[in-house]
Amino acid sequence: MGSKRQFRIWRGDETGGDLKDYAVEVNEGEVVLDVIHRLQATEAPDLACRWNCKAGKCGSCSMEINGKPRLGCMTRMSTFEETETVTVTPLRTFPVIRDLVTDVSFNYEKARETPAFAPPADVAPGDYRMQQVDVERSQEFRKCIECFLCQNVCHVIRDHDENKQAFSGPRFFIRAAELDMHPLDAKTDRKEYAQSEMGLGFCNITKCCTEVCPEHIKITDNGIIPMKERVVDRRYDPLVWLGNKIFRRGQVPQTSATSGHSSGAVTAGAAHGGVHSHAGGSHDSSAERQAQQGVNWQREVPHPTAPAVDSSGKLPLTELTFDRAAAPSPFGDDVEFPLPPEHLNFAHPQQDEPKH
Amino acid sequence: MTSTATRPRGARARAAIAAKTLRTDRWWFAPLITVVGLSAWVIYATVRVFMHDFYWVEEYHYLTPFYSPCVTERCVEGAAHFGRFLPGWWIIPDAALTLPFLLLFRLTCYYYRKAYYRSFWLSPPACAVPDGHQSYSGETRFPLLGQNLHRYFFYAAAIISLINTWDAILAFHSPEGFGFGLGNIVLLVNVVMLWAYTISCHSCRHIIGGRLKHFSKHPVRYKAWTGVSWLNVRHMQLAWITLGTLALTDFYVMALAANWFPDLRFIN
Repeated sequence: MGSKRQFRIWRGDETGGDLKDYAVEVNEGEVVLDVIHRLQATEAPDLACRWNCKAGKCGSCSMEINGKPRLGCMTRMSTFEETETVTVTPLRTFPVIRDLVTDVSFNYEKARETPAFAPPADVAPGDYRMQQVDVERSQEFRKCIECFLCQNVCHVIRDHDENKQAFSGPRFFIRAAELDMHPLDAKTDRKEYAQSEMGLGFCNITKCCTEVCPEHIKITDNGIIPMKERVVDRRYDPLVWLGNKIFRRGQVPQTSATSGHSSGAVTAGAAHGGVHSHAGGSHDSSAERQAQQGVNWQREVPHPTAPAVDSSGKLPLTELTFDRAAAPSPFGDDVEFPLPPEHLNFAHPQQDEPKH
Repeated sequence: MTSTATRPRGARARAAIAAKTLRTDRWWFAPLITVVGLSAWVIYATVRVFMHDFYWVEEYHYLTPFYSPCVTERCVEGAAHFGRFLPGWWIIPDAALTLPFLLLFRLTCYYYRKAYYRSFWLSPPACAVPDGHQSYSGETRFPLLGQNLHRYFFYAAAIISLINTWDAILAFHSPEGFGFGLGNIVLLVNVVMLWAYTISCHSCRHIIGGRLKHFSKHPVRYKAWTGVSWLNVRHMQLAWITLGTLALTDFYVMALAANWFPDLRFIN
């Protein structure tokens, strides 16, 4: 038989909200997500919460529990005192959609901006052979479940929204590290790219990403610091620089990371006075423009589009007013997957031209 | 077509949560203890460095690491392995060749950076606790861009560890010739810990093998990288342990030099 426990859960949407008190029954062995589900089944049927596997593998139920970014399904109720009030809030870094659900599309955009694996030119697909010892480091980063807790806790964007354009975040630094350490990856400028386009220099290695990672990936020690050291190899090592000058070695082909803006590319925002950011960018457009100075987004960015509203000027939210029976896409009806490249504000210069 | 609430529509608002942090644990304890610990050590080290006395035990050739190598005109002869070529002004530390590099090595160390960014600079004081600053540019600009020079201070620190090792070897001495006392153990433990801290450095880990793309082509460096990685996991502990051993070693030598108590001798 369970006991009644006190909860405070943030209810609201982008127009505002508040912490609401609930007393919920909690049974032995339950996790916070179980309690959220019990609330939905009893006194708060309209409580919005994103979840999927309930096994700590899908990365959906990211939330902040007593102020700490956690997975709801991996936070046992037994870790709290019987008398303790448990506070559950949505991720702070991303725009809220409703209650505990946030719009994490910032991360999907950053994912698209991260250069993919570059296959080696002289090895045919299917003939790739790698030694375990060579791929072990990369495999650690493959454990990532993309819960975005590291992105959420990182103070670079959590406390300074204006850095969102220039900073990709820990999840994508380990993606860059994973590929840079990959024995068959043919791309040679990932270090420069991480520094100049992904904002690696913003990280001050305070290790919160590592602290919150539910997969216990050593994001800072094994991913970010090695990438910083690799950047030092190329950019801040005067001995290497001198050696390269004298022996004319290690010349990196000019890419977006090493060259100026390519012809035809337009710097976002500045020309339009606005910033494309349905990823939840800053509300301060001047600060965002400032933050993206020096960042080449490689193409003109589309303007944000206003939502379609009904005759009363409001969004049709309920099933009664919605024009279809099925559940709406959480990403919006106009978002296709894979994300159409023309909606992104960045195209890697080596990427194939988008097919329409 | 009607749409849903999640249609892309420019900048959206975050959840309006009034509290700056909702953490209920003692998140302030770690930064507080770091401030106390680092401040205490810096005060002790500063006082000792500018004391210009009680750094050398003539009888047993014990030299404190804070004065190694002693290079100013005021140094006693036995402590000056590399000559006495700097003027004896009060403001110049007697180990003026090494102390700045050791300071910069620790200042740019990836662990200490975490420690002081959190505790002194409050950027952020703890995870999911707001940064104490209006704007933030991280390590992208001068002077923090200089943190990237860590590996050069690592090279310097490795050389200085060699000097400290030499000091510890020379200290097996007594007026009768060879000697061995508690002071030797203190000096040796300090040197071993200094080596462990220096080798466990993230830059060392990178140089020794981390920069390679194919470990399989470099089995010896891979083995070395594995060893350094094992130590690197303990870098934080070693950073604090070496602060302790440095202060303890210095205090022990100072106590002997000031005749507060005699050295416990095992041989001669």
